[in-house]
Formats: sequence, C-alpha cells, structure tokens
Amino acid sequence: MAESRPAARPLSPHLQIYRWSWTMAASIAHRATGVALYGGTLLIALWLIAAASGPAAYETAQWIAGSILGRLVLFGYTFVLLHHMVGGLRHFVWDLGYGFDPQTRMNLAKYNLVASGVLTVLVWLVVLTR
Amino acid sequence: MLSNSSMRTPLGRVRGLGSAKSGTGHFWLQRITGVANVILTLAFLCVVISLIGKPYGAAIATLSNPIVAILMLLFVVSGAVHMRLGMQVIIEDYIHHEGIKILAVMANTFFAIAVGAACAFALLKISFGG
Repeated sequence: MAESRPAARPLSPHLQIYRWSWTMAASIAHRATGVALYGGTLLIALWLIAAASGPAAYETAQWIAGSILGRLVLFGYTFVLLHHMVGGLRHFVWDLGYGFDPQTRMNLAKYNLVASGVLTVLVWLVVLTR
Repeated sequence: MLSNSSMRTPLGRVRGLGSAKSGTGHFWLQRITGVANVILTLAFLCVVISLIGKPYGAAIATLSNPIVAILMLLFVVSGAVHMRLGMQVIIEDYIHHEGIKILAVMANTFFAIAVGAACAFALLKISFGG
C-alpha cells in the first residue's frame, strides 16, 4: 500500500489572523453554549434530586432559584439554552442543503442572536408575570 | 484526512465505516437527538414555568403527572445523549495527546450517564413515591 504523504502546500494562517465574522462568532457561540449547557445539566439534576428528596430540600432549591443571583443564573441559562436551540435550527437548515450562500450564512447567524434574545425576553415576561 | 493515493472513493470509505469505524452513526444520532431536543426543551421550559410559585405538594403532583414525567424523562435522556456526542467532538478537536484524549472521552461518557441516571432516578422517585 502506497504511503499517504500530503503534498507540501502552504499552511493556512492561524485563526487570529482572520477578521471576525458573524458566522465565525455564531459557530464558536454554538460550541460555547453547548459546553455551558453540559455543565448546566448539573443544576437540573440537583433541582430534580431536591424535589425527590422532600419538602425541605425542594423549598431550599426554590429559594436559591428565586434569589437575585439564582434569577440571574436562570436568565443566562434561558438565553444560552435558546441560543443553542436556535443555533441547532440553523444547522438543520444547512443539513437540508439550504442557506450556504454568503449573504444567507451571515443572515442566519444574525437571526440566531436576535431570535434567541427575543425568545428569552418572551419566556421571562411569562416568568415575571406569574 | 483522505489520502490521495487511495483508490477508495469518499463514499466507499463511509460505507466501510471510515477511519472512526462507526460510519455516520455519531453524526446521525446527534441530529436525531437535536430534533427531539427542540420539542423536549420547549416542553421542559413550559413545565418549569408552570412550577414557579407552587408549593411542594403541587409541584410533585405536576411532576408525577404521566405526560409531564414522560416528557421530562425523554428530555434528560435525549439531552444526555446529545451532550455526550457534542462534548466528544470538542474533546477530539482540541486534545491531541492520544492517552489523555481517550481518558477525556471516557470521563465524558461517565459524566453524561451519571447526570442522565441521576435525573431519571429523581423523576421516577417523584412519580412512584417512596
């Protein structure tokens, strides 16, 4: 079997050479939000374990969630979750074979940010009026 | 990296399960759980919002409703599978030392299963009491 030796081509420059674009930012944001949600599942697990443990543990968990810091974390969590969800929809558009031209790519990245921001505010309008 | 010297086409490689020996299974499962997560995340948000301000007894009653409990179980299982696949790709992208990479991928699997199992157990305990 012949050895596979890549031809001596110039290497692409390092990432920091490039000007930031919407698609680059959306790409790394999708990955970053994914990592944050990965850690965030610990909060869901703790909350469910508290509910399964009894009234005292559940009341404590609800008190923490309702505190100023708790609400800030949950607001951030909501945005990160919805940003990753909308980012996933963006990827489904590409998976179906659409949206590859430069303008559409940029627009999808912008819509991703706007849509997740609007959805987060809508969710919290419902939360705060309850 | 496809070698130029190989007689095999890219399609042939994938059908032969490629260098990862698992074909497109990883990619496809990430998409399936991603589609499921869009629906299940919206259901999860509705459940959490409906629990705001409810005392322990009412919260447990909601969480042990069969429809709610099943949706929550599907959410934590689909979420755990999806996040394990996503984190595996990140590990494989950024960690180049073979030994550390294998340990990290293994730890990732342990984490996903532990969080998924903890959430599932808590939900079942809430539903079945005890």
